Amino acid sequence: MNTLREHLRVLRETLQRLAQTPGASLLSILVTGIALSLPVGGYIMLQSMQTLDARLGTKPQISLYLASGTSAAEVGKLGDRLRQHEAIAAVEFIARDAALKQLRQSTGLAEVVDGLTQNPLPDAYIVHPKNRDPVALEALRNELQADTGIEHAQLDSDWLRKLEAILDFGRLAVALLAALLSFALIAITFNTIRLQILTRRQEIEVVKLIGATDAFIRRPFLYFGMLQGLLGGIAAWLLVSGMLYALNTALGELARLYASSFVLQSLSLADSLALLVFSAYLGWLGAWFSVAQHLWQIEPR
Amino acid sequence: MISFNQVNKRYPGGHEALKNVSFDITEGEMVYLTGHSGAGKSTLLKLVAAIERPTSGSVLVKGQNIRSIKREAIPALRRNFGLIFQDHKLLFDRSAFDNVLLPLQICGFDPREAARRVRAALDKVGLLVREKANPVALSGGEQQRLCIARAIVNRPGVLLADEPTGNLDVEYAHEIMAIFQSFHQVGVTLVISTHDEGVLAKFPARTLHLKQGELQ
Repeated sequence: MNTLREHLRVLRETLQRLAQTPGASLLSILVTGIALSLPVGGYIMLQSMQTLDARLGTKPQISLYLASGTSAAEVGKLGDRLRQHEAIAAVEFIARDAALKQLRQSTGLAEVVDGLTQNPLPDAYIVHPKNRDPVALEALRNELQADTGIEHAQLDSDWLRKLEAILDFGRLAVALLAALLSFALIAITFNTIRLQILTRRQEIEVVKLIGATDAFIRRPFLYFGMLQGLLGGIAAWLLVSGMLYALNTALGELARLYASSFVLQSLSLADSLALLVFSAYLGWLGAWFSVAQHLWQIEPR
Repeated sequence: MISFNQVNKRYPGGHEALKNVSFDITEGEMVYLTGHSGAGKSTLLKLVAAIERPTSGSVLVKGQNIRSIKREAIPALRRNFGLIFQDHKLLFDRSAFDNVLLPLQICGFDPREAARRVRAALDKVGLLVREKANPVALSGGEQQRLCIARAIVNRPGVLLADEPTGNLDVEYAHEIMAIFQSFHQVGVTLVISTHDEGVLAKFPARTLHLKQGELQ
């Protein structure tokens, strides 16, 4: 109870301290917010691309395009052979007419399709392999390619793997950016607190003389760092949300033209909370380093 | 209560502030510390409050040896003292009331109880009507009394006063000494450094006289 009251008192004083210098406080909160919004924005881009990836299905599959002019009986036989293959889990048949219909519906190429005099698409099997290992997939593809009835066997996970690799690269870049900017935030808070300690030097000396513990002296500075970090996190959240709103408005138009429903996702509740906790923690950490570095140097004389 | 045994204090640079000082102060005693400036009065008080540590010898305060006291134990020790400084060491970013409140905040007092005590302390030194004033707006004598209010608000067993009447008119000085006397009467241990002959004559008590770091 006693401790809670003490913490509430320090919290109130810290808020007052922030409010006393609104310009400076706002500026450092904004700087924190901008610095944090960069990696958060990058994270959201990645997140959105990942859902794109998920929507298309990350399960590898092999598309087998049959030679045009293959008879229905041969197509059926090939199907039986595939179904009996021990490395294959499931087989899907897509007749050339159905494929054309789908193309017409899904891509907005209706006019082009309607203009065709004959169906240029071959019959196709889509094969779902049991083993997802890239080497095994490649081997299976080669084996099927060698089959006489099959004109072309295409491993569809290829571009997904490329996307995955790009996403991996992006994740690393965002992580590095986040790490770098986190250090910057810690450094900024370190310096802010250092200046505060210097300006409050006399106060620190006096309270030490009248029996204040280190924890008591540290507390307001730690609170200040933490609160500034938290407010910076809120600023980052607002910045990112604002940018997302603007981008999604523009993106809606673009996606409509491409007949896609791709949108940049907004921050989930868990992500938002994580952002706030992390930014508060960074502020606290910067303050802690600063206090550990400077407070012991101030001893009453 | 306070016991010095063959205490030497040498500052970095070689200045010997105290040489072979030994004395005892018992609980409830009132003691003057006299001598010229530079004789070691302030150093002696700083040793008692663990602001400085002796170079050799032992300083025992409430059973704790200042020479070897742990850093973490110093705050608890200092809460036994009311410290009164010649330069007051008041904080000018807050009201008189808040200055006196500080020692109670440090101890985590209930705010209502703390406010009651602060007003009692301010009343004791005659500054209750100035509780909202900033210390800057107070006269030298009022600042000194405010410093005393801050020292006594925690009801410490020991008051250490460094030249409390240093820059004050005779009238103010006597007022402050009267306040000290009243604490002495209720059992508070007092160590007062002064070179004010008038005070010594008017409020006689045991006197420790320092000369160039040595007890006479």
